[in-house]
Amino acid sequence: MITGRFFAAGADRRIAITIFILLAVAIIVPLLNLAVAPTSSFYVPSYVVALTGKYLCYALLALALDLVWGYCGILSLGHGAFFALGGYAMGMYLMRQIGSRGVYGNPLLPDFMVFLNYGELPWFWYGFDHFWFAAIMVLAVPGLLAFVFGWFAFRSRVTGVYLSIITQAMTYALLLAFFRNDMGFGGNNGLTDFKDILGFNVQADATRSALFAASAVTLALAVLVTWAIVGSKYGKLLMAVRDAESRTRFLGWRAENVKLFAFTVSAVMAGIAGALYVPQVGIINPGEFEPSNSIEVVVWAAVGGRGTIVGPIIGALVVNAGKSWFTGVLPEFWLFALGGLFVAVTLFLPKGIVGMWDSWRGNARALRAASINEESGTHPAVPPPPKIIRSAARTPGDWSASGPEPQPAE
Amino acid sequence: MSKSNTILYLDGVSVSFDGFRAINNLSLVLDKGEMRAIIGPNGAGKTTMMDIVTGKTRPDVGEVYFDGQVDLTKHDEAEIAMMGIGRKFQKPTVFESHTIEENLMLALKGPRSIFPALFHRRSAAEARQIDDILGIIRLGDKRDELAANLSHGQKQWLEIGMLLAQDPKLLLVDEPVAGMTDAETEETARLLKDIARDHSVIVVEHDMHFVRELGVKVTCLHEGSVLSEGSLDFVSADERVVEVYLGR
Repeated sequence: MITGRFFAAGADRRIAITIFILLAVAIIVPLLNLAVAPTSSFYVPSYVVALTGKYLCYALLALALDLVWGYCGILSLGHGAFFALGGYAMGMYLMRQIGSRGVYGNPLLPDFMVFLNYGELPWFWYGFDHFWFAAIMVLAVPGLLAFVFGWFAFRSRVTGVYLSIITQAMTYALLLAFFRNDMGFGGNNGLTDFKDILGFNVQADATRSALFAASAVTLALAVLVTWAIVGSKYGKLLMAVRDAESRTRFLGWRAENVKLFAFTVSAVMAGIAGALYVPQVGIINPGEFEPSNSIEVVVWAAVGGRGTIVGPIIGALVVNAGKSWFTGVLPEFWLFALGGLFVAVTLFLPKGIVGMWDSWRGNARALRAASINEESGTHPAVPPPPKIIRSAARTPGDWSASGPEPQPAE
Repeated sequence: MSKSNTILYLDGVSVSFDGFRAINNLSLVLDKGEMRAIIGPNGAGKTTMMDIVTGKTRPDVGEVYFDGQVDLTKHDEAEIAMMGIGRKFQKPTVFESHTIEENLMLALKGPRSIFPALFHRRSAAEARQIDDILGIIRLGDKRDELAANLSHGQKQWLEIGMLLAQDPKLLLVDEPVAGMTDAETEETARLLKDIARDHSVIVVEHDMHFVRELGVKVTCLHEGSVLSEGSLDFVSADERVVEVYLGR
């Protein structure tokens, strides 16, 4: 009722604040890096800019996963594949920008092709010397793959753990394919040694700051788009499919199309994240298709709180900051820490950081209301702890993609 | 038999799962505007029959026609729902993380594709329809409550309300009063009789008191085919029905 509305408004305010912070960071961090003297205590070192820029790309990837996992119950274990494909599209553009400055000085062929005795540029590399073409491919390739994959998977009503497994198989198949030298994507070395992006040196501080700002603004935009999608009637439908798919079918909705749209949009978002990531880290190789990368994304979203938009962003930033710190201090224990974190979050924070924050605030409010009532001498029923986020995971331990209750149309 | 004036026409329908004949040469005809109660012991094929009509299960053999001319075996759930067959499940199934109003909004008749839903704005006409339905199912004061917070009986009503919002020609209602108090049961009987004035309805129910209250023609299913059909008094006097279902 009223509490429901208040919390809905609360969630909206939280998202608006997130967008504002991201936009502010997009301006302030580059300024502090470029315009402030390195001796000043306000100076942000370049390596921090590059590192946080990378995290923002991860956050965008986690947000993309949240759209399908948190809001539609599709646990994709292959979102790293869409990220990597977007990254490869950007990497191909950056390779073509090297021109004759490569080790072999070939004006047309990237170094690895000269090395592998390619006679001419493979057909699928045509067009990547133009940024606009690469930009379209960044959107189109992951989007198309997701569309085709989703078309078959959702039409055949593959759900739950089976869907998770085939998404995992998809990213693994791409990993193996991209490892092959004759695929024409640089084999296991991938694409690297980039020089320019849009005519600016990728290594320069100004370019790095610009890429950082672009990542922050894109993430803000993605939050806005996800928020709009989730708040629309389609968004309600998306959650309805998550909670009671057969009900939506018998109401006349095509559940497979509902899922397909979200899956495709999500893949495009992941592709954009990959494209922003590659120029900031300076390399893209088949390792990005590694199934464990995709699983890590799931951990970020789970830690932050799935189905909350803000949660996965927080999760991606916190876990990756933890990773950077941890791999510096105790490198060999990082994977144990990550695994332990996932287990702990599943057991103790089923709704993630954001969900915990909400229920803590909700409880505090209920307690305060109760004590006020007691003081005034009246004893109305203490309101039950309010349902916090209308879209969050419903039951503890409900990590599976299928609804927590058995599907009813027996 | 002529299909012309029927809303639902099943003839010689059989379906088996792993060798088990859930529906065995079932023939059932429902006239336009008729309300029919279906009774029968567990496993008689009541729910499977609904699955066949709504496109969830394909029959092995037999004819299934809607509105005299549409062959339902050639369509899937969403298409059949759009043609005007609404279904309430045995276990009340509503969208628990949405409010009552949002539940009805998703059920409301209208375009069913993605992009209209993405840019949907609620019109005054839609708001009025939702208000009407909330009045009929008596949940007007709970419109902003999450469906998860409703009682079992209220969820049943909400689901019936969602069916109404769909504005179907034929309603299939599976055990609408399971888990309801006597007062709620009576209320539901009144509600269904109201609905039956301008819809065709099939009600599956075990509660004989409720079936009597509906006062309509009754079909008793047993082992996937019709055992007896007629008024409730006729059916409950039938030796075979007493034998397999009502008990002595």
